Amino acid sequence: MSAKRLLLKGGRVVDPAAGRDGEFDVLIEDGRVARIGKALPAEGAEVMDVASGWIVTPGLIDLHVHLREPGQEHKETIATGVGSAVAGGFTAVACMPNTDPVNDHPGITELILRRAAAAGLARVYPIGAVSIGSKGEQMAELGAQKAAGCVAFTDDGRPVANALLMRRALEYAGMLGVPIVDHCEDPSLKGDGVAHEGLIAGRLGLRGIPGIAESIMVERDIALAELTGGPYHVCHMSARQSLRAVRAAKARGMTNVTCEVAPHHFVLTDQSLESPIRYDTNVKMNPPLREAADRDAMLEGIADGTVDVIATDHAPHHADEKLVEFDRAPFGIVGLETCVPLVFDRLVRAGRITIGRAIELLSTNPAKVFRLPGGTLAEGGPADITVIAPDAPVVVRAAALKSKSKNTPFDGWQLRGAVAATIVGGRIVYRSDTYEQNR
Amino acid sequence: MLKSRHLLGIADLEPEEIGLVLDTAEAMKEIAARPIKKVPTLRGRTVVNLFFEPSTRTRTSFEVAEKRLSADTLSIAVAQSSVTKGETLLDTVRNLEAMAPDMIVMRHASSGAPHLLARLCRSVIINAGDGMHEHPTQALLDAFTIREHKKRLDGLKVAIVGDLLHSRVLRSNVHLLNRMGAEVWTCAPATLMPADLAHFGVRPTTSIDEAVEGADVVMMLRIQHERMHGHFIPSTREYYTLFGLTAERVTRAKPDVIIMHPGPMNRGVEIDSDVADGPYSVILEQVANGVAVRMAVLYLLAGQEGEAD
Repeated sequence: MSAKRLLLKGGRVVDPAAGRDGEFDVLIEDGRVARIGKALPAEGAEVMDVASGWIVTPGLIDLHVHLREPGQEHKETIATGVGSAVAGGFTAVACMPNTDPVNDHPGITELILRRAAAAGLARVYPIGAVSIGSKGEQMAELGAQKAAGCVAFTDDGRPVANALLMRRALEYAGMLGVPIVDHCEDPSLKGDGVAHEGLIAGRLGLRGIPGIAESIMVERDIALAELTGGPYHVCHMSARQSLRAVRAAKARGMTNVTCEVAPHHFVLTDQSLESPIRYDTNVKMNPPLREAADRDAMLEGIADGTVDVIATDHAPHHADEKLVEFDRAPFGIVGLETCVPLVFDRLVRAGRITIGRAIELLSTNPAKVFRLPGGTLAEGGPADITVIAPDAPVVVRAAALKSKSKNTPFDGWQLRGAVAATIVGGRIVYRSDTYEQNR
Repeated sequence: MLKSRHLLGIADLEPEEIGLVLDTAEAMKEIAARPIKKVPTLRGRTVVNLFFEPSTRTRTSFEVAEKRLSADTLSIAVAQSSVTKGETLLDTVRNLEAMAPDMIVMRHASSGAPHLLARLCRSVIINAGDGMHEHPTQALLDAFTIREHKKRLDGLKVAIVGDLLHSRVLRSNVHLLNRMGAEVWTCAPATLMPADLAHFGVRPTTSIDEAVEGADVVMMLRIQHERMHGHFIPSTREYYTLFGLTAERVTRAKPDVIIMHPGPMNRGVEIDSDVADGPYSVILEQVANGVAVRMAVLYLLAGQEGEAD
């Protein structure tokens, strides 16, 4: 049987993990990277021309995605979710366990992996629940879950509120070499809050969630991570006080603490609650959009290296669920398909970070933090590749998203920085309009 | 006429529009003094009063106002529980709209609920109180009452005392009084103040004596008994001791001070009976004026019906 070969001709390969940044061709054979070099001959391989100025990078990896299956298939399915992922340039996603039932059991992990394999688009790495039913009472069988394919553990949607459980989970997960990911939020301080506590929520009469509801638990978790040495990752960080805590932990040499920030937290603020649409439920997420000082702190942390990962917290909800009173609407927005344009427009083009740093945040570090294959283009390694047109204009159209849900606050936004194509295991699984228009 | 088709909040009104409502209300008030308290202004118009929260005063006030203007009225009190059983707010209102009402007066526990309807429905929406956000007709009737007594709003010291955090009356009154040039002092325990209250354009204090000192108007807000459960206050007794309006405290205000309360009152908690029923109290005048102000709002919004948004 003859080997299936694909040659990516032209383009700028940016691979921070390999220290590579320059014009190279990439030859793929049987789903793996065969060679990276200058002017490689096609020799019968299928040729994919990459326009000059376009970026060829190790496949992007999103550590925080809600695929909603099993149990909430009206919001998203694994098939539609991975369709959205590859359209957003992600070759792999880690999916959260707050499904129905909660993924606290190998049977559910296996179901997710089976459905993901059947969809055959992005790779899917399940994240298991820390506690049974994510109830925060009894630890789930983390060992069995790891054996079934879980790459991390979290009770996301809620925090691990019990400090003793968090301590034990960090110790136990440390033994397994798998990180604990915490949705940091002190339940009593959050209360029934629906928006960032501040002037705007006060004016709109919305119950507030203060930034320190998050940071107080980040501080606790860091103390527990320091005690136990267990690998610890902060979910969707939003408050400047949390960033300060992570920065201080890293400054004193803690290497087992990492954190992620979602694009909406470095792009938007609580001003979006008032305009352009007052009480728009598509700007309701948890943690909430915070004030400008918090947004600026996230930008700073992204630029100075405190932030390890950009993850989308892709949280699809059906239109009917969002078309209700603000305080009754569920938290969350879709994020997979708007991430690359937001990162390139608001971070790279704005001059805050280099393209190399963007790839670090979207591929190198996510692979490192969850100890996943990929994150670099090595000869013999998996051919998961994202091709990005960094200057191409993008108009976000909610209705055109591949995700089953359209709950985005970025509808109509004009940005620059488009996904051109997504390659998983050597197979081109997505070509965007930008790619087609350039042929 | 008003610029918007709807009355969602005082935040959307210009000072001239506020003046127009108050002037119109003066004319409307005269109708209540007639032997036959009815004019044909809204004959043939249908107004739905849709109340998702219990309310006696506001709902009755709107009903009386509508009837005095000869509108056909329909009042629906929806228990929160029956809504959570299934139908969404939008579906409830669209079903009502199928019967072609002209205006919907809505009270709802969620801040922003009338804004959702204004965005997605056909009818003129009048906000009769949304969550902790706004209660525009209350602020308008308060302003009307103050103006009757003081002949002006600008330059007055108005002290608003009570549960500021959860109060839509506070928010609407602050918008209105700021726009009309009054000096607003707010007083509450630190636990019942919204974050960044100073940026509302008010003078916050935790001392009721300081708030009341030299005040032209003292407006008391209701303290809800259930607030003790959120760790807001230790007890209503302690609240009364620190923040209750007593006759002794009233002496710090201007000699011609007026005392207001949007109701319902908790006697002996935020206000003493001898203050509530005393010579400075205009609490029942507020209720009477509520009808005139709501007639004015209904009249002004009905007048622009059919115009584009």
